[in-house]
Amino acid sequence: MAQEHAAPIHGEDEGTTTGLNHRKMLMWAFLGSDCMFFGSLIATYLVYQGKSLEGPLPIDVFDIPVTSISTFVLLMSSMSMVLAYSALTKNNMKGFRIWMISTAIMGATFIGFQVYEFSSFANHHVEIDCVSPGELTKYEQHIFDDGCSSGEAHAESHEGLKPQTNLFGTTFYTLTGFHGAHVTLGIVWLLSLLLLSFKKGVITPEKNLDVDLAALYWHFVDVVWIVIFTVVYLFGVFPGF
Amino acid sequence: MSTFPISIPRPVHPTGIWGWFTTIDHKRIGILYGVTAFIMFLSGGIEATLMRLQLAGPELDIVSAAVYNQLFTMHGTTMIFLAIMPLSAAFFNFIIPLQIGARDVAFPRLNAFSYWTFLAGALMLKLSWIGGATDAGWFGYAPLTSVAQNPGTGIDFWIISLQILGIASLAASFNFIVTIINMRAPGMTMMRLPLFTWMSFITAILLVLAFPVITVALIELTFDRYFMFNFFNVANGGSVVLWQHLFWVFGHPEVYILILPAMGIVSEVLPVFSKKPLFGYKTVVLAGAIIAFMGWMVWSHHMFTVGLGAVANAVFTVTTMLIAVPTGIKVFNWIGTIWGGSIRFNTPMLYSLGFIAMFLLGGISGVMHAVSAHDAQQQDTYFVPAHIHYVLFGGAIMAILSGIFYWFPKYSGKMFNERQGKISFWLIMIGQNVTFFPMHFVGLDGMPRRIYTYADNMGWNFWNGVATAGVFILIIGFLLVMDNIGRHWKNGEPAPADPWDARTLEWSIPSPPPEYNFEEIPIVRSLDDWWETKQGGAYKEVPASGGLGDEGHEIHLPQPSYWPIVTAVGLFIAAYGVVFNDLLIPWALAAVGLTIGFIGVYSWSLEPVNDPEEDSTH
Repeated sequence: MAQEHAAPIHGEDEGTTTGLNHRKMLMWAFLGSDCMFFGSLIATYLVYQGKSLEGPLPIDVFDIPVTSISTFVLLMSSMSMVLAYSALTKNNMKGFRIWMISTAIMGATFIGFQVYEFSSFANHHVEIDCVSPGELTKYEQHIFDDGCSSGEAHAESHEGLKPQTNLFGTTFYTLTGFHGAHVTLGIVWLLSLLLLSFKKGVITPEKNLDVDLAALYWHFVDVVWIVIFTVVYLFGVFPGF
Repeated sequence: MSTFPISIPRPVHPTGIWGWFTTIDHKRIGILYGVTAFIMFLSGGIEATLMRLQLAGPELDIVSAAVYNQLFTMHGTTMIFLAIMPLSAAFFNFIIPLQIGARDVAFPRLNAFSYWTFLAGALMLKLSWIGGATDAGWFGYAPLTSVAQNPGTGIDFWIISLQILGIASLAASFNFIVTIINMRAPGMTMMRLPLFTWMSFITAILLVLAFPVITVALIELTFDRYFMFNFFNVANGGSVVLWQHLFWVFGHPEVYILILPAMGIVSEVLPVFSKKPLFGYKTVVLAGAIIAFMGWMVWSHHMFTVGLGAVANAVFTVTTMLIAVPTGIKVFNWIGTIWGGSIRFNTPMLYSLGFIAMFLLGGISGVMHAVSAHDAQQQDTYFVPAHIHYVLFGGAIMAILSGIFYWFPKYSGKMFNERQGKISFWLIMIGQNVTFFPMHFVGLDGMPRRIYTYADNMGWNFWNGVATAGVFILIIGFLLVMDNIGRHWKNGEPAPADPWDARTLEWSIPSPPPEYNFEEIPIVRSLDDWWETKQGGAYKEVPASGGLGDEGHEIHLPQPSYWPIVTAVGLFIAAYGVVFNDLLIPWALAAVGLTIGFIGVYSWSLEPVNDPEEDSTH
C-alpha cells in the first residue's frame, strides 16, 4: 500500500485515522448487522421448535448424510476462497482464476443440494405397510392411525413439507432460504470479480481489496451455515442434543 | 464491457436541480434530509391535529373510526421513522464531518443513496393514504396485521416502506461508523470527539444492530401475508407474542436511537451558552454507551401485561429502573455544566433548557411505567401517549429545534431573528405542556388510547378540550419557527464564522462552509480544540500542509454521481411492484425495479472514482 506520490484525495482511498481501509471497516460493520439478521431468524426457529401442530417434522424429512455432503462442499469452498486470495497476492493470476471458479462451483453445488433438498421435502411422501409398520415417527404414526383403521393394506400421505404446512416448514424454509440467498449473492459476486480480473489493472496483487471483501463475506456465510447445520439439522434429528 | 455496466461520464459540476439530484456533498445531503424530514414532521403534525380535533369533545364526528385508526398509525410511524430519525440524520450529515475535521463522509455516494432511499420509503408510506393507509398502530401487533383482519394494501405499504427506510438507515449508519472511526483529523482521538459526534456514533452502532431484527419481523409478516406462512398464525400454532418480542427488541433500542442524538445536541449547546466546558465529559460519554448497552435489556417492559410471568416482569422492572441511572447522570452533568456559568439565554439555549425540563418529566413517568404492577394500570391508557410525547416531543423535538437554531448560522450562512426565536420557544414550551400534560390526567382516569371518541359522561371532556387547545398554541409556535428559518435563510444578516463563541471545529470555518470544508485539515490538540485555540492556550501555528498529504495540490473532491438516485428509484419501483404484485404480469413490476436497482449498484461500484479528465492532468 505504499503511496509514492501524494494521491489526490478522493473519498475512499485517502489516508485513514486507524490505517484500516474504509471499505473493510464497512464490511465488518455489515457482517455485524447480518449476525443480528440471522440471529433473529435462528431465534424464531428455536422459539417454534417442537411447536408444530402436525408433521412432517425434522426427523421425518432430514437426511443427515446428504446434508453433511453439501455442508462439506460449502466448507471446502471457504478453503478454495483462501487459496484464490493467496494466489492473487502472489501474482498467480491463473491460480487465482482457477480457485475463484472452483469456489463458485462449490457454492453452486451447495445451492444445487439445497434445491434438491427443498423439492424432496416439499414432495415428501410416506407409505406405510399396515401389517408390519415397523418403527414409526409421531407423524407416521398419525398417518398409520388415519389410514390403517379400516383394514387397508397401505396407508400413505403425499402432503409433504411446504412452508404453509406447519411451523417447522415456515421457519425452516425461511431460515435456510435466506442463507441460500446469501450464498447465491456470493456466487454472483465471485463471478463478477472473476470477469473483472480479465480487465487490465482492476484486480492486481496490490489491488486485492475487492477479493478480500468478497472472501470475508463468503467465510461469514459459511460460518452461519455451521450454526444452521448444528441447530436445525443435528439438534432436529438427534434428541440427545 | 462498454454497454454494461453503463459507463456514462460522471456529472462534472452540475448546477441547479441536477446539482441536487447528483450531489454527494454531505452538507447538501444534510440539508435535503432536514427539509424533507421537516415536511414529513408537518404531515405527521397535521395527522395529529385531526386526531385532536376529533377528540376535542365527546362523540364528535370529524373523522370516521376507520380514518382515525389510520391517523394514529400514520402519525406514530411518520414521527418516528420519517421525522425524528431523519432530522437527526440531517445533523449527522451536516455536522459530523465538520466536527471531526473531515472533508466529507467515508462513502459520499452511499450517503446520497441513503437520502434517496429514505425519500423513496417516505413517499411510499405517505402515498398509502391513497387507497387506505395502515391502521394497526405504529407497532403493528399481530394479528391485527394479518390478511384475515386487514386485507387491504395499507399494511403492505407500511411493511415495504419500513423495509426501504431500514435500508436507508443501515447504509447511513455503516457510513457514519466508518466516518467517525476512520476520518478524524490528526490528533482527534476518540476521547476528544465532540459529544454530538459521540452520541451519533453510539446511535449508528445501535441502528446497525437493531434494524435487522425488525427487518426479520417484517419479512416474517410479509411471508404470512403474501404466502400464507404460519409465523403469526395461531391456528397453526404460531404465536402473536413473537411479533411483540421481535418488534420491541428492535423498538426499545430504537427509543435510544431517537433520543441519543438529541442528548448529543444538548451537550453541545449547553457548554457554549454557559461558557464552560461540559461537566464530566467522560462520564457523559460513558453514560451514553451504558444507555445504549442497557437499551437491549429492557424491551419486555412494553409487554408487562402480556402475561410473561412474575419473574420476567420483575427482571424487566429492575433493568428498566437501572437504565434511569445513566440517564440521570447525564441530567446532573448538564445541570453541572450550566451551574455557575455565564449563561446567555439565546434561542438554542432556551430550547436545550426546555429539553432538560421536559425530558426529565418524561423520564419520571417512564420510571412509573417501569414498575410492572403500576404499569398494569397505565397500559393502553392515555398515560402512555403522555409519557412518549414528553420524551419524544419534549425531549427529541426540543433538542432538534435547539440544533436547528444553534447550527442555523452554519448551514444557512445567515442569522435568524433572536426575538422571534424566543417567542416561538415560549409558545412551543407552553403549547406542548397544555397539549400533553392533560393526557396524564385522562390516562389515569382510564381513558384508553386509540379510541376515536368517548361518551359524554366519562369525565374526560374538560382535559381533552384543553389538550386540543394546546395544539393551536403549538401550531402558532411552529409557524413562527418556519417563518424565522425560511425568511432569514433567504434574507437574513450574513453570519460570522463563529457567532456563538463556540467550542468545536465546525465553527472554525466560514459560514456556510466551503464545499471542501477545511482548507487545511486541522490538527487537534485537546478537547474543545477550537475554544482552546481561541484562548491562545494550546494554540500552535498550524503547519502549512495538512495531515493528509495534499500539499501542492488543489483540493480534490469526489465527483457527483447519478447512480445512488438510480438505485433508489429502482428500489421504489420494486417496492410498488411488491405491493401490487398481481398487476398485469405477476411480479413483473418488482422485477423491473430490482433490475434497475441492480444496474444502479453495478454501475456505481464500477464507476471511476474521479472523472477521467481531471485524472489526466496528473
